[in-house]
Amino acid sequence: MSYYLGVDIGSVSSNFVLIDEKQQVQEKLYLRTEGNPVRAIKQGYKELLEKRQEELDIKGIGTTGSGRHLADIILGADVVKNEITAHAVAASWFYPEVRTIIEIGGQDSKIIILQDAVVSDFAMNTVCAAGTGSFLDQQASRLNMSIYDFGPTALKSKQAVRIAGRCGVFAESDMIHKQQMGYPLEDILMGLCEALVRNYLNNVGKGKKIEAPIIFQGGVAANAGLKIAFEKILQTPIMIPPYYDVMGAIGVAILAREYIEEHRCNTAFKGDSFIIEGQFNSSSFECKGCPNLCEVVCIKREQEILAYWGDRCQKWESSLGHKEVG
Amino acid sequence: MKITYPHMGNACIAIEAMLQKLKLEVIPPPPISKKTLEIGVKHCPEFACMPLKITMGNFIEALDRGADTILMAGGWGPCRFGYYAQVERDILSDLGYSFEMVILEAPDSRVSELFRQLQALGQNVSIWEAFKALKFAWHKLQVVEELEKKISYVHPRALDKRKAENIYDQALREIKETQDKEEIDQLGISCLASLDQLALRAEEPLRIGLVGEIYTVLEPMANFRIICCLGRLSVEVDNSIYISDWLNDHLLGGLVKKSHRRELVKCAGPYLNYFVGGHGLETVGSTVSYAHQNYDGVIQLGPLTCMPEIVAQSVLKRVSSEEGIPCMTLYFDEHAGAAGIQTRLEAFTDMLRRKKLAKAAMY
Repeated sequence: MSYYLGVDIGSVSSNFVLIDEKQQVQEKLYLRTEGNPVRAIKQGYKELLEKRQEELDIKGIGTTGSGRHLADIILGADVVKNEITAHAVAASWFYPEVRTIIEIGGQDSKIIILQDAVVSDFAMNTVCAAGTGSFLDQQASRLNMSIYDFGPTALKSKQAVRIAGRCGVFAESDMIHKQQMGYPLEDILMGLCEALVRNYLNNVGKGKKIEAPIIFQGGVAANAGLKIAFEKILQTPIMIPPYYDVMGAIGVAILAREYIEEHRCNTAFKGDSFIIEGQFNSSSFECKGCPNLCEVVCIKREQEILAYWGDRCQKWESSLGHKEVG
Repeated sequence: MKITYPHMGNACIAIEAMLQKLKLEVIPPPPISKKTLEIGVKHCPEFACMPLKITMGNFIEALDRGADTILMAGGWGPCRFGYYAQVERDILSDLGYSFEMVILEAPDSRVSELFRQLQALGQNVSIWEAFKALKFAWHKLQVVEELEKKISYVHPRALDKRKAENIYDQALREIKETQDKEEIDQLGISCLASLDQLALRAEEPLRIGLVGEIYTVLEPMANFRIICCLGRLSVEVDNSIYISDWLNDHLLGGLVKKSHRRELVKCAGPYLNYFVGGHGLETVGSTVSYAHQNYDGVIQLGPLTCMPEIVAQSVLKRVSSEEGIPCMTLYFDEHAGAAGIQTRLEAFTDMLRRKKLAKAAMY
């Protein structure tokens, strides 16, 4: 069977999705990147092969997420897209009427406003990562609980404790203070959820008109406490799509399908053996060509140089031929 | 006397030319690098904005190379910049440097005051020579800005973008080194001609207006080379501020050319009627003006914590919805989040492109 592969390499998770010609999701995979995107990409592709137990006929590939260029080098992508576009495409495929997308991932959170299925405005968190997945992970591990128990525990709360959510560091010290005062755990967790929602609305959603239908997606949408907190504060029901945790990958798979259809071309996919058998290495050096002293990254497979990046003048990057992104 | 000055985009080309004509020995600060910012961050108050930190780095690097006099611009109004020369003098003195600081202030009433300031700075130069120095520097700046405008047209359309970048960079380097007026004109003309020969794509690029705080807009090292990044994404960028505009409005008292500031103030009128410091009012006015000219979008730049731009940003929300022009604000700080900036630029241009397509499909 032929598929389109969507890959979303984020800071915390690496997601893989296979869709068919009718844009139905046939397989999905959610892995932790664990700081090693190269390994996550190889591992993810291997697991996908094992799960399907068949020869995958890949018609096209799209990559997104902060590791999208790296994934492109290793897999050979037809479309390399930013996360905003990818998430918007996926959400409006499942919900053509969607007006607002709340997306909270590992390191960043976004708000996307759509009008007639086209993005009309968006914002991403600026300097602070409070309220994102990695902050929740950190708090869960500080409380010695699994992140999977976070939501269900928070839901038991009857009276959320008020926690300062302006900044992750303040939120943490406020939580510790409330803990030492003896408030029950579930009330503190629910309080944290509400604080993070307020923080999100004040920072990311600042000045945006949030209109229904509202979709909540990204890894953090798994946390039922946050969904309830959003509904309570926005006074509107929030929908969570069935594939909430891999929406970026679905979006970019759809874009890859569109691209291949439109250009009637073959995929740039590099094939199973290229991905699984070779050893990928990355190294970096300081370019002494000018006073900028850029840190140039070099990606190699065995002895073959696949890509350079990080140089502002693109002297290295363009030395291997240039590919347009957008 | 060995004089130095702070960097701000291509301003160094004109400043250096002027100082040399004033018969001064110039020790330019080395080009801004990560090290410049590191030095600045180390010695400046944490809550101050990037322009203070980078210019401070410039001064320290130049003093370490033997400079003994610093030329810095002053300023007025609610923006902190006007106070930076004083702060920098104090910090550098505390660090044990001995130097002279010359602060150029906008003349209150007569432009002749400025010539006097320059004459006092020069080594045995007459008022006439001071005037000629300024005129020569101004001429150089005009040639440079003509090239800036040309590259912003060619770069987004060029098929070979790197070649366009190289021609432009090379021409700027040569103009910087040249002290002869005819030769400068010749270099300008030949650069324009080589850019004209590049193959361009037929499709019209997106057009984005760049507004915001002047230093962040003009200094590529303070904005992750945003104009170049957008050019590589095939977006034509119009700069709302040029150095010559700023010099004309702030140091030359509107003497040299017609200021279009009044026009911008008029555009801003329905949204903001108060001088909020820095370039806040111009940011709002330019955005309205871009909307009138049917630009596809506007990007506002500012250093993190910039008060005038924060005021302008909150006004831009209304401008954006009432004038129907998408706006995005980017703040820059010492953090090296180049990837984050790139993602936002890609997402913004992607949004504008898809909007344009959807609009075209409707008709």
